[in-house]
Amino acid sequence: MSKNKRPALSEPEQAAGNGMLDRRLFLTGTAAAIGSAAMADHARAEALPVEPWMKTPGSPFVPYGQPSKYTTKVARVFASAPGTTGTGASRTPHHLLDGMITPNGLHFERHHSGIPDINPETHRLLIHGLVKRPLIYTLEALMRYPMESRIAFIECAGNSQLMYQKEPAQLGVQPIHGLLSCAEWTGVRLATLLEDAGVEARAQWIVAEGADAAGMSRSVPLEKAMGDALVAIYQNGEPVRPSNGYPMRLLLPGYEGNMNVKWLRRIKLTEGPVMTKDETSKYTMLQNDGKSLQFCFAQEAKSVITRPSPGLTMGAPGLYEITGLAWSGYGRIAKVDVSADGGASWAPAALQELVLPMAVTRFRLPWRWDGGPATLQSRATDDSGYVQPTRSKLIADRGARAVYHFNGIACWGVTQLGEVKHVYA
Amino acid sequence: MFTRNTLLAVCLALLAGHGAALAESPNLGKIASPEEIASWDISIGPDGAGLPPGSGTPQQGEQVYLAKCLACHGEKGAGKPNDALAGGQGSLGPGQAPVKTVGSFWPYATTLFDYVRRAMPLNESKSLRDEEVYAVVAYILLLNGVIGESDTIDAKTLPAVRMPNRDGFVRFSRGK
Repeated sequence: MSKNKRPALSEPEQAAGNGMLDRRLFLTGTAAAIGSAAMADHARAEALPVEPWMKTPGSPFVPYGQPSKYTTKVARVFASAPGTTGTGASRTPHHLLDGMITPNGLHFERHHSGIPDINPETHRLLIHGLVKRPLIYTLEALMRYPMESRIAFIECAGNSQLMYQKEPAQLGVQPIHGLLSCAEWTGVRLATLLEDAGVEARAQWIVAEGADAAGMSRSVPLEKAMGDALVAIYQNGEPVRPSNGYPMRLLLPGYEGNMNVKWLRRIKLTEGPVMTKDETSKYTMLQNDGKSLQFCFAQEAKSVITRPSPGLTMGAPGLYEITGLAWSGYGRIAKVDVSADGGASWAPAALQELVLPMAVTRFRLPWRWDGGPATLQSRATDDSGYVQPTRSKLIADRGARAVYHFNGIACWGVTQLGEVKHVYA
Repeated sequence: MFTRNTLLAVCLALLAGHGAALAESPNLGKIASPEEIASWDISIGPDGAGLPPGSGTPQQGEQVYLAKCLACHGEKGAGKPNDALAGGQGSLGPGQAPVKTVGSFWPYATTLFDYVRRAMPLNESKSLRDEEVYAVVAYILLLNGVIGESDTIDAKTLPAVRMPNRDGFVRFSRGK
């Protein structure tokens, strides 16, 4: 057998059960051999058509580009609270996206009283409380400050909460896990502004407040505010979208979405947390014993397979790429394992560069689907050594009444017909 | 010179314990006057810090509630179409279906004043006078049996109200 001979179709480089292949397969070129066998059948005798758009000039310029009219399904889905129009959440269609960056028009939203129409000329950021000099900043003033970028995910603490349910919701990635997005945020370090104001020694917390009609506010430990926190002015290179906080938002990398206060108008330095509605009655986790966990800030390590996933029916048996997202609010993703047999065996996925702390990491793994039933799962490990738990382990530890911070392993069941369904394994 | 200054800044930042050098600042904030701050500072601490003058009773609050809150929160805070504000006490225990309301779940009564004043009624937030906020807070506390009919709620009595689930919260720590 020559050294260059590719493995036969019947002997794929199986890395785990039920067709899970080695993560290097696509890189070594053997994938082409496996995939090409069926292609020859489709060769046709007719010439390829020369389409009309190849014969006349295309459309003119537009000031702000829009997606193709053929991709209208690549859109957010949303639901509002009863009797309201802008109070609720919209979700990112991860099953139709790839890469690590969420386009601005598809970034998830959670509004507590709609999207305010803020005039940047009159918007102000007030920093006060336990400071030596209370200060007011205009947007224009902040634009002159040195800026930094952070590629960071923002995930609503309520993301994936449907998985606390007893039975698997018959929904897909977007409705279940779509309260997660990742963008490049650029702005001024909050620490720089707090230093301008002069932090008094007694200050241990800040209260951050938005200029929306709900005045959404959260208490944040001063340590985080003086660390990697940003007052973000740009989102993926353009001014932050109104739905994400225009003209400025707080960015607390890794922390639950709600704390990344949009439409930031006020920061008050305090000795203790002010116990706002959204850190007491909401965003706390009721456990089995009746006590609730409070001030759970960072989002735990988590992952989800975005393709295949419900709504994306499988084609013919053969080679597929399993891909998805992994992230941790405690650092960098170190490893993602993928299983096609409900967690009985696992193969390590390839982690696509960039792999950044507090950002989503794209993972990929080749899978040879034999046309039979399969249960697909992914399991993230972050660089602190934390391993994403199974759903049953998470619920055994915390109970099923916590509502927030669900980060258990998600499962997609593939049927013999190629349908992909949400299942519990 | 720039380099030496930068080095100095790095050293000072490290000494200050921030772990990273702070960027030099253009210092473009304008000093905020106490008057400017007063109109924006609407945060109420659990100790009552920030509560304004004024007071209200449950009876006064019922009138506010009927006019401004009923449509979303139902009769006597029973909820529907939006959140229930009363009831549910004793529903947090093991194996129960929790009914989280102000009375069953909220640890601090001060939060109610803070939230109603900043965010309610949803379609015209910040429209209630402080007296109306005190009054409707008193009414909601009465609905939950937390205060009596003849109690008055003001900057002194509100932080003294002990909510039923006051001890129901544990500070999260990772790995627990």
